[in-house]
Amino acid sequence: MNACLTKQILRTEPPAPRVTATNTTATPAPAEAVPHASPDASLETEIRAPHLIEISNLDFYYGEKKALDCVNLTIDANRVTAFIGPSGCGKSTLLRCLNRMNDLIDGAAVRGGTIKIGDADINAPGIDAIELRKCVGMVFQKSNPFPKSIHENVAYGLRIQGIRDRAEIARRVELSLRGAALWDEVKDRLNDNALGLSGGQQQRLCIARALAVEPQVLLMDEPCSALDPVATGKIEDLIHELKTRYTIIIVTHSMQQAARVSDKTAFFYLGRLVEYDDTRTIFMNPANPQTEAYVSGRFG
Amino acid sequence: MKRFYDTELATFRSQLILMGEKVIERIRLALRALAESDTEIARRVIASDDEIDRLELAIDNEAMRFMNLRAPIATELRLVIVGMKASRDLERAGDEATGIAKRALRLAAEPPILTNDDEDAVHLRQMAAVALEMLREALDCLHDSENNDKAIDIVRRDKVVDKLNKRLYRALTARAAANPAEVNRAIELMFISKSLERIADHATNIAEEMVYLAQAKDIRHAGKQG
Repeated sequence: MNACLTKQILRTEPPAPRVTATNTTATPAPAEAVPHASPDASLETEIRAPHLIEISNLDFYYGEKKALDCVNLTIDANRVTAFIGPSGCGKSTLLRCLNRMNDLIDGAAVRGGTIKIGDADINAPGIDAIELRKCVGMVFQKSNPFPKSIHENVAYGLRIQGIRDRAEIARRVELSLRGAALWDEVKDRLNDNALGLSGGQQQRLCIARALAVEPQVLLMDEPCSALDPVATGKIEDLIHELKTRYTIIIVTHSMQQAARVSDKTAFFYLGRLVEYDDTRTIFMNPANPQTEAYVSGRFG
Repeated sequence: MKRFYDTELATFRSQLILMGEKVIERIRLALRALAESDTEIARRVIASDDEIDRLELAIDNEAMRFMNLRAPIATELRLVIVGMKASRDLERAGDEATGIAKRALRLAAEPPILTNDDEDAVHLRQMAAVALEMLREALDCLHDSENNDKAIDIVRRDKVVDKLNKRLYRALTARAAANPAEVNRAIELMFISKSLERIADHATNIAEEMVYLAQAKDIRHAGKQG
């Protein structure tokens, strides 16, 4: 997993040939996958440091409209961070900045500040957004499996990476489905169409799909808003499990969900970060009265 | 379906049980210090009060955290609320143990006014036995919250302890009136009797809380409301 960002940073130096990059994720042992072993030693420690993502003075615009105003935020590795706030507060915009999903929107741009993941400035010219998204996976509000088999949904990303070995693909598919707590429910019908799964299962399939390419960070944009309470509970339990291996950032409108699953919570309002603290503090004794009004459902 | 925070609830429950066990242990030791005029044990009981206080704080803290972050409902919510109340009752019962130990310490410095087979001494031992048994059974309900027949039985037994306390009060007052030299010692024993009566009250409260935990039924003050 650490190799993922290592790869990313390697690409910012002399851009490594694409083949090398693909092999990096394909090889099971990350240590031998990285061609330059010595400079990476310090990188490894850097990646494991508590702060993985550092957002500094970030200004973001949709055309002339400022959507994020001087946001400063550091996100801890292997923790769940929740972004909360009323609609239009900028929380989803910020989430999408972290894997540059906003690049796809016309006129949307970062016009000030930086986002660093590990050592890499993700908006720097050398960074390939596609490569970045392999490291920073995303799960959306509405599950969006491909209209293909369950197996193929997860295998797709691996094939794109150039993995051809069928046994290796099968192994990684199983690993990802297990990681997403879906394996037991689908192992006997891997060739069935994914669209036949329930909403909760489809969402976990999308998580499995994201896990397959071994990201380091998992972004979740209201992953449970279309799910019933049992499916929601399963996703929440899964998030709790996944945080031992991934850094997770979740946008949610459910205060209960933010309180249950996250270690840290950031409250946004009108494009500004109002308060950021341990989830316990945000929900028990927030510093800002606006935060308290929002988490208690009186405002926003 | 098991949720990831089920283990937090299990830990919460076992913290309460741990606190209860420690309180029972302290009451037993305080009573032993009294029976055997053992000042060393009495001092040990007095010194260990902090530990109970810390457990009370930890339990309340966890209950607040759980309510805030886990938004519990139904049985989970009742467990957390009952836990906060029970930890307070246990802490108070623990304080009574400290009180008994302090009096045992003072009584040890003077000759005893009751012999072992004295009727008052028998009543005092009886009270101690019933009160401890009530507390023990109230805690057992926490292990097995389905089994709350026991809890209702505990509530009934509180009357036995109340009666013994009244009887001892009268007997010790009479003794003090008859032997002015023994007034101080009689008063100490009266307070010890009162402490045991209070311990039984706390056990009763916990038992009532256990019924509430299992059935969401509030049986407090049921007798008085007719």
